[in-house]
Amino acid sequence: MKKKMSIMDRIADSAKSVTTGVDAKDIEHWVTIYVMGRAYEVPADLTILTAMEFAGYKFVRGVGCRQGFCGACSTVYRRKGDYKLQTGMACQTRVEDEMYLVQIPFVPAEKAIYDIEKENYDVNVILKYYPDIARCVSCNTCTKACPQDLEVMDYVQAALKGDFEKAAEESFDCIQCGLCAARCPSELVQYHIAQLARRMYGRYEFPEPEYLKKRVKEINESKFNKEMEKIMKASKKELEKLYAERERESD
Amino acid sequence: MAEMKLIGGYPEYMRESIKKVEQTRMKRKDYTPPAFTPEEQKEVLKLHPDFAPGGKRKLSIGPNKGDKGPAEVLDLLEAYPLIEEKDVDLSSADYNTEILIIGGGLAGTTAAIWANESGVKTKDILLANKLRHGDANSIMAEGGTQAADRPNDSLLRHYLDTMGGGHYANKPDVLNALVNDAPFIMQWLLKLGAIIDREENGDFLEKWGGGTSAKRLHSCRDYTGLEEFRVIRDEFRNREIPCIEHYPAVELLTDGKGRVTGAVLWNIETGEYKIVKAKATILATGGFGRLHIRGFPTTNHYGATCDGVVLAYHAGAKLRDIDTVQYHPTGAAYPIQIVGYLLTEKLRSSGAQPVNKDGEAFVFPLEPRDVEASSFIKECYVKEKGITTPTGLRGIWLDTPLIEIKNGEGYIDKAFPGMRRMYNRFDIDMRKDPVLVFPTLHYQNGGVETDPWGKTNLDGLWVAGEVSGGVHGKNRLMGNSTLDTMVFGRRAGISTAEYVKNNNPTLKLTLKHTKEYIKQLKDAGIKTKRRAPILLPDYRGKAALARMIDVFQ
Repeated sequence: MKKKMSIMDRIADSAKSVTTGVDAKDIEHWVTIYVMGRAYEVPADLTILTAMEFAGYKFVRGVGCRQGFCGACSTVYRRKGDYKLQTGMACQTRVEDEMYLVQIPFVPAEKAIYDIEKENYDVNVILKYYPDIARCVSCNTCTKACPQDLEVMDYVQAALKGDFEKAAEESFDCIQCGLCAARCPSELVQYHIAQLARRMYGRYEFPEPEYLKKRVKEINESKFNKEMEKIMKASKKELEKLYAERERESD
Repeated sequence: MAEMKLIGGYPEYMRESIKKVEQTRMKRKDYTPPAFTPEEQKEVLKLHPDFAPGGKRKLSIGPNKGDKGPAEVLDLLEAYPLIEEKDVDLSSADYNTEILIIGGGLAGTTAAIWANESGVKTKDILLANKLRHGDANSIMAEGGTQAADRPNDSLLRHYLDTMGGGHYANKPDVLNALVNDAPFIMQWLLKLGAIIDREENGDFLEKWGGGTSAKRLHSCRDYTGLEEFRVIRDEFRNREIPCIEHYPAVELLTDGKGRVTGAVLWNIETGEYKIVKAKATILATGGFGRLHIRGFPTTNHYGATCDGVVLAYHAGAKLRDIDTVQYHPTGAAYPIQIVGYLLTEKLRSSGAQPVNKDGEAFVFPLEPRDVEASSFIKECYVKEKGITTPTGLRGIWLDTPLIEIKNGEGYIDKAFPGMRRMYNRFDIDMRKDPVLVFPTLHYQNGGVETDPWGKTNLDGLWVAGEVSGGVHGKNRLMGNSTLDTMVFGRRAGISTAEYVKNNNPTLKLTLKHTKEYIKQLKDAGIKTKRRAPILLPDYRGKAALARMIDVFQ
């Protein structure tokens, strides 16, 4: 009789395609993708990233968090018969049959150098560091390129007008992959512009809560040192008791 | 056979279970299962991957000889170094720096800024990254950062919550540093221009975290780590601190007598090495999710391969609490493309409820992570009340539509744009349908032992962030990891700055410690081809690998 698998073994077995790579014998549906022009047969339910790994690529560039947060795996692709270039993150885009793709793992865009503490919160800051922003021709190519579906052109226009709130809000989910800048016919650096706008907004729009100021002051005055020194010396038994009896703040 | 037909992202049989979830939703709206008693917690924890039989062994060499740890970690500690003295020319250094920082996530980047802030010139600091600057777990942190700043909260509460969550194994002086510096870190983030969620009156919008007794979680939508890291990296770049990318450390350098004197970096594209000589070295290399301990999927980034712990151990550093691993209760279990990805705990603190296949709420949603994760395993594999996906994974529902029932329409778009975006890509509307979750490998609880300033037992070596051990004990609480990186990144930056200003040690560059390490391995009878650090995991297809030959060597 086959030995009964433990719970841990069953969990590991069910996840093995994710943890050790896909095994061809488990796959029913296949598609053909073209990596820089060369054809590979890959399982249909993989992402561009995992499909390339299946095909034998070991990434040392063009990969980072693998979950859509870091912007390292920008990819440009075209579907067969379509003239249009699409953009996406390799880790977040499922492969499609007859997809032609290339990764763009680096964008040589220049970031301005500034000291946020020395700036005035006024509309000219963006123009001062990124004068090129005035060249925006409102073609919306950046918006179409954004894998986060942000309204890039709108935030650029807002930044140009010195509307920090709109620029910050609209650009907040930016993962700084640089695809906007790579596609921009006016050669703006949208994602760097957005970074400056957000920092200005965050730094100067919101006063520090009074209670935070007070708490930092109390800590600097060593107000809690006595009780903290006491608890640092508490035994495990004492800690268990205090933990069990601690009050939970009401919802 | 045609591909499976999906309705709103789910196959029909999963839809049937979703119907049951819908039927019980309004009843569950005002009902939360009670929290476990300490005895019940203990009982369910037996199912936790840390305590379930198997998966561990005892370490056979080094300062922690005899300690138990996960087999996957021990495989790397009981592996041969990548390089030996004969492989490299140590007669001169390519970089001669005061402070070398290895790893550019939140901890390493914060350390660089604070070293500079403390008087070390930018040219005397070097930040080395394995991938790009910022390819780190930090940037993926979703939920938030804890800081006991509100009047009805206290450092003591934060300390006690963390201590209880960590099963009283936390190192007291290091934990004290964490809670003590937290409010200051929030102040620093504001000064840098981070945009932190606010109430209408300007107060921070503070949320619950699992295992906390007060609302002290500060978030930036569900992109907390991204926002924190973006402003910190921008500040780092404005200071023009030297930074090199795609240069992992393959070994630390020592003087042969226990002092760390720099590192050997390796160009991951060309294969060329560089020698860095440094008065102080800070390891900020993150954790080990990509080791897939016990075969679990992970939330971690591509480079999370335990490098720092391996390098430090080669040089003779002490480790602690390496026996425990954090599994985040809510990793995505469906669809297959996102399995293991993180679904922030903030979903539960905003009202989403864990529910089984029959639509029953079966656990208090905000137990500490190890307890919550264990209860999901129990529901799926003991009570058989989980939902099985088309690829054979099991999971339970996280009833996300409850979030908008409790907080009003539009709330998910505002608070969870990252989650929404991820599910939208697979045609799942998490405002209307629940999402399927199962525990996923999330965090290295232990690591290299430190004092409250990040200093290790070795002269010249500091650590900060996930690579360190002690502050979280045996189980980290939500919102304490981003906090850890910034508190101890800053402390390591300040401490190394002070050290390099006041000390002028002779910096001999040797790899004698690797020779000694190899001897220990041999004496312990370890015969293996394993070499470490591994730097990157390998997901290449088996068919492609089977036909690979290397003709350039």
